[in-house]
Amino acid sequence: MPDRSDVVYSYDGSFRGLMTCVYESFYAREIPGNIVSWSHGQATLYDVKEIKTDSEKARKVMKAISEKISGEAMTFVYHAFLTCLCGREAHILDFIYLGFKYGRKVMRMLTDETVYILNKAVGHLLNETALLRGFVRFSDFGGGLVATIEPKNNVLPILKYHFLSRYPQGFFLIHDKTNSLLLIADRGKSRIISVDGFTPPSAESDELRYRALWKSFYDTIAVEGRENPKCRMSHMPKRYWANMTEMSDRQGRGLFLERGLIPEGK
Amino acid sequence: MFDTEVINTDISEKLAILGAAAKYDVACTSSGVDRAGRKGGVGSTVASGICHSFAADGRCISLLKVLLSNSCVFDCSYCVNRRTNDIKRASFEPRELADLTMQFYRRNYIEGLFLSSAVIRNPDYTCEQMIKVLEILRNEYRFMGYIHAKAIPGADELLIRRIGLLADRMSVNIELPSQKSLQLLAPDKSKEKILNPMRTIQRSITESRTELVRYKSAPRFAPAGQSTQMIVGASPETDYQILTLAAALYRGYGLKRVFYSAYIPMVESRNLPALTTKPPLLREHRLYQADWLMRFYEFEPSELLDEKNPNFNPFVDPKCSWALSHLDRFPVEINSAEYETLLRIPGVGVKSAKKIVAARRSGPLDFEGLKKLGVVLKRAQYFILCKGKAMEGVRLSRESILRGLMSDRSMQLLDGLAGEQLSLYDNETVTRADVIKCLTGQM
Ligand code: SF4
Repeated sequence: MPDRSDVVYSYDGSFRGLMTCVYESFYAREIPGNIVSWSHGQATLYDVKEIKTDSEKARKVMKAISEKISGEAMTFVYHAFLTCLCGREAHILDFIYLGFKYGRKVMRMLTDETVYILNKAVGHLLNETALLRGFVRFSDFGGGLVATIEPKNNVLPILKYHFLSRYPQGFFLIHDKTNSLLLIADRGKSRIISVDGFTPPSAESDELRYRALWKSFYDTIAVEGRENPKCRMSHMPKRYWANMTEMSDRQGRGLFLERGLIPEGK
Repeated sequence: MFDTEVINTDISEKLAILGAAAKYDVACTSSGVDRAGRKGGVGSTVASGICHSFAADGRCISLLKVLLSNSCVFDCSYCVNRRTNDIKRASFEPRELADLTMQFYRRNYIEGLFLSSAVIRNPDYTCEQMIKVLEILRNEYRFMGYIHAKAIPGADELLIRRIGLLADRMSVNIELPSQKSLQLLAPDKSKEKILNPMRTIQRSITESRTELVRYKSAPRFAPAGQSTQMIVGASPETDYQILTLAAALYRGYGLKRVFYSAYIPMVESRNLPALTTKPPLLREHRLYQADWLMRFYEFEPSELLDEKNPNFNPFVDPKCSWALSHLDRFPVEINSAEYETLLRIPGVGVKSAKKIVAARRSGPLDFEGLKKLGVVLKRAQYFILCKGKAMEGVRLSRESILRGLMSDRSMQLLDGLAGEQLSLYDNETVTRADVIKCLTGQM
């Protein structure tokens, strides 16, 4: 592995872009001091080398990772890219160099600092994706389903598979506010696009009725005498609550009560 | 007399009544079967199950858990729905409940339906009504999500088989962990009435598996298996009796899960604990820990408890407790111990044991490395060696181990405990010293 140099790579923020950076590093025999995406464009004292995304170069790198390290390592690298780990690009590059040196064994080197850091970040990503399979709340707008999420990691590229399988016939949107992305799914086909803002239409009476029913079910189901707010919080961290029907806007219950959508005294 | 008449109530009131009536069934998992969505259908299932929310009591909400009806003709004394209790009664129309399930499912509130019912008229009629709900869901709406259905004790075998072909998981609740307690507290039920449907379900599951090997399209009977629930603390059975029964059910009836439910007094009866009794939550927690050890760590009930010590220690978890009474097997060298031995170390879980085995192949592990693998050194430190050495500053004596284990988790537990398990000590305030004495057998 060459020494770390003073040059900083700048790329377009896409996965292929990052793979092109790896290609560049390999053939220029240099390890960039950092790899940053254009959108982060902060001024730096280092020389900046702009890396233009090249699908062919990216493909070669991915093939090399799969063949010289393992398919498992390739998936791992992609997942690492989706994490919110600060400076993940540089860690991923280190990992790939490590993998080329040690081969498939690198995945077992769990105490190596680079592997450890990436493993932790990927664990966080996969855990968040798993939680969101349950915590996503859709609203029904005349047959189409719309949900908003605010994850820490870029979960949509993985999360989508779950919902595509769950609603094979459906039309649904998931808006990722954190990463300004929108998943559009229509009868089993999907794509993810960048969006600046997205406002779902306002809910109609049927939608409000089912929300109210769900909230009242939620309140009913807890067993009195067993309240355990700490336990609830550790399983369902507060930062997800804002987008969960039963947790957000608890004061809105007054409104539902007024309209007679929830029985009194419940 | 008591009003068991079904009042015409609107759906939100029904949901409130029938949700509240079902909540003491603690099973709410949607686990055990992987089924990808299919064209023409709605829904899928995931083997590990998915929690959609967590209630104020910290428990997972995965399924729309309701009774079809709470108008019961039976009179089990521990149950709020018993005939002689003066409460509001309600019943869902089958279609009404199927529609509600679909609406909740679409919005991703739930993984599916947990359907149970009080005994309306008689067990057979009750099953028929349940089948109606499930048929609407599966056949009409092509619902592919999760369904857990309770078998009604005393119902015809054929009806139970029909339910099993529509559901993913079935359960029959044992409720009381001995025949004697059943007779006393649930006079309409008997051991046979409970065990017979369990046997029917077990047989049908086995048959359907063999069929499936031959024809891929053979109908699947409760592919996520069956489970049961026991109430802890309503009757005098010990932890050892309960755990032994659970082990027998896992083995003899091929159960997927046994759930334990701390008894919450809601009914005044001379055969039951007083209304002021707090639910034994810590005891329930210990039983789950022990159950976990049986299912994933290959512990036998007799390794954890025996006739002389028939109840779990409130202060240390069952695994620590086991390790403390088998100190001759420790310390264990992390770099050479077999996987099974690693599993028995307090602070080492299934995941970290697997990671240890993988990681040490690329070089010997030290304590720093173990931390990275997720080992809880606070507990494990007393039981392990790395490259022949104990962790710095750790003394491997029984006394120091106890002090160490006491200092963190258990003392916290003690705070939350007042009034519950501590009645063991006749309301005396328990000090740290007492706890250590108790554990070292001096008390
Ligand atoms: S049969 Fe079930 S619902 Fe009816 S009283 Fe007994 S436990 Fe309660």
